[in-house]
Amino acid sequence: MVMFLARRFAVSGQAGRGSAMSGVRVLVGTRKGAFVLTADGRREQWEVSGPHFAGWEIYHVKGSPADPQRLFASQCSGWSGQVIQRSDDGGATWEPVGNRFGYDGTPGTHQWYDGTPHPWEFERVWHLEPSLDDPDLVYAGVEDAGLFRSTDGGQQWQELSGLRCHDSAPSWQPGAGGMCLHTLLLDPSDPNRMFAAISAAGAFRSDDAGQTWRPVNHGLQSQGIPDPDAEVGHCVHRLAMHPSRPAVLYMQKHWDVMRSDDSGESWHEVSGNLPTDFGFPIDVHAHEPDTVYVVPITSDSEHFPPEGKLRVYRSRTGGDEWEPLTRGLPQEHCYVNVLRDAMAVDSLEDCGVYFGTTGGQVYASADAGDSWAPIVRDLPAVLSVEVQTLP
Amino acid sequence: MIRVVLPAHLRVLAGIDGEVELAVAGQVTQRSVLDALEARYPVLRGTIRDHDGGPRRAFIRFFACEQDLSHDRPDDPLPDAVVTGAEPYLIVGAMAGG
Repeated sequence: MVMFLARRFAVSGQAGRGSAMSGVRVLVGTRKGAFVLTADGRREQWEVSGPHFAGWEIYHVKGSPADPQRLFASQCSGWSGQVIQRSDDGGATWEPVGNRFGYDGTPGTHQWYDGTPHPWEFERVWHLEPSLDDPDLVYAGVEDAGLFRSTDGGQQWQELSGLRCHDSAPSWQPGAGGMCLHTLLLDPSDPNRMFAAISAAGAFRSDDAGQTWRPVNHGLQSQGIPDPDAEVGHCVHRLAMHPSRPAVLYMQKHWDVMRSDDSGESWHEVSGNLPTDFGFPIDVHAHEPDTVYVVPITSDSEHFPPEGKLRVYRSRTGGDEWEPLTRGLPQEHCYVNVLRDAMAVDSLEDCGVYFGTTGGQVYASADAGDSWAPIVRDLPAVLSVEVQTLP
Repeated sequence: MIRVVLPAHLRVLAGIDGEVELAVAGQVTQRSVLDALEARYPVLRGTIRDHDGGPRRAFIRFFACEQDLSHDRPDDPLPDAVVTGAEPYLIVGAMAGG
C-alpha cells in the first residue's frame, strides 16, 4: 500500500467554510484497485492510500451510514470471479467476507443482445448499498441483474428474487456494459420502499422491503427498442434522490435527463438546455433538493465530453435550466468519460461534489461545483466514487 | 506433501507467501487437492472453481509436469511426481489481455 500526501490544490470560492473539525473520506473504485482519499473539512490537502486489492477491478466501495468505519468493497476479476471485502476501521484494514451469490431456484433466461434467450449467469457485483440504520445489513446489485441482501455484514448473501422473477424479466436485455443492477436507492422516510435501476430494463420500485417489485418507467421514451414507451426495456443509467424529498427522483437515461415527482409513477424530461442529454452519473446537492448535477457526454458511440471540454452541468431549478461548470476542469483535448457510479457529494456546510474519470482523475469541488481541482490525476480508470462526511 | 503454486493475485488474497504444501488423504486428484486447498484457505472458494467443487473457472488453468490438466476429469489421479512432491501442481491464470 502506498500512502502519501497529495499536493495542496487551490480551491477557490469559500472552501474555508467547511468545518476544520470534520472531514471527508472519498472511496474510489478503479479498474486496478481501490483508493481512499481523506481530507479535513477544508478539503484542500488530501491523503491518498492505495491501491488496495491491487490488480483487481473494484466496481464499488461504500460506507455504512450507520457505522462510517464499516466499508464494503466489490472486488472482482475475469480470472477469479467475485470477492467482497469489508473494513471495520475506515479502510485501514480489510477482510474478505462472503462471495457466494447464488440465484434462487433455477434461473431462467433473459434476452441476449440479438434478442435470443440467454441463461441468467452471475458475473459480478456492481453496486453495494449499506442500510441506512443497520451496519450489518447491506444490499448488492449484480450482473446478470439481481438483488442480494446480507444481514450479517456480508458473510452470507440471499437473493431477493422477486425482482429477477418479475414477469417482464425474460424480456430484459443487457446494455453495452452487461445486464447490471447498478443503482439501489433506499427511501429514508419509508424502510419498505426502495428503487432499483437495471441496464437495460429500466427503473423498478418495491414497497415491501424488496420482496416484490414493479416497473416504474411511465413517461420514458427510448429509441432502439421495439416499443419506445414500453413498460420495460429502457437503458436507465442512474437514479438520484435527495433524502429530504424522497418522492422526487432524477434519472440519467441512455439519452434524456428525467424527473419524477411521484416516486417514479410518472417521469418527464428535464434535459432543457443541456448540450447533449446523454451521460451516465446524476447526483443531487446535499442541502438543496433542486440542485442537480450531470456530466453530458457526446453520444452513445462517442463516450467523451462534447468538444473535448469536460463540463459538469448544474441545475438549481430541479432540471430544465442548466449551467456549465468549467472552472478548474480541462477545456480542451479532454476525451474521458465519467461512469454512472463515479459521482458523489459530501454533506459539509458548503457541499462538496466529486467525480472520477476513465482517465484516472478524481476532481473535487468544495463550493458546490463553482470551481474544481484534481485530488489525484493518474489513477487507473475510475469506476466509482463515494464520499463519507466524517464527524 | 502436495505442493501447490497459485497465481500472485490469489496468493495476496489468501495471504500466502510462496508455495502451499498440503497433506491430502486418500487418492490424490485435482478434486482432492482443491478440496484441501479450499479447506485451508476458505477465501479461495469460488475463485478457482465454482462453489461446492463446481467447474473450473474459464480463465483458470491447471498444469503439472509440463502437461495441461485443465480438461482432465477432476477425479483422475494426479501424476506420481505431484503425489511425491517432486513437482508442483500449478494453478495458473490464463494468458489474456496481455
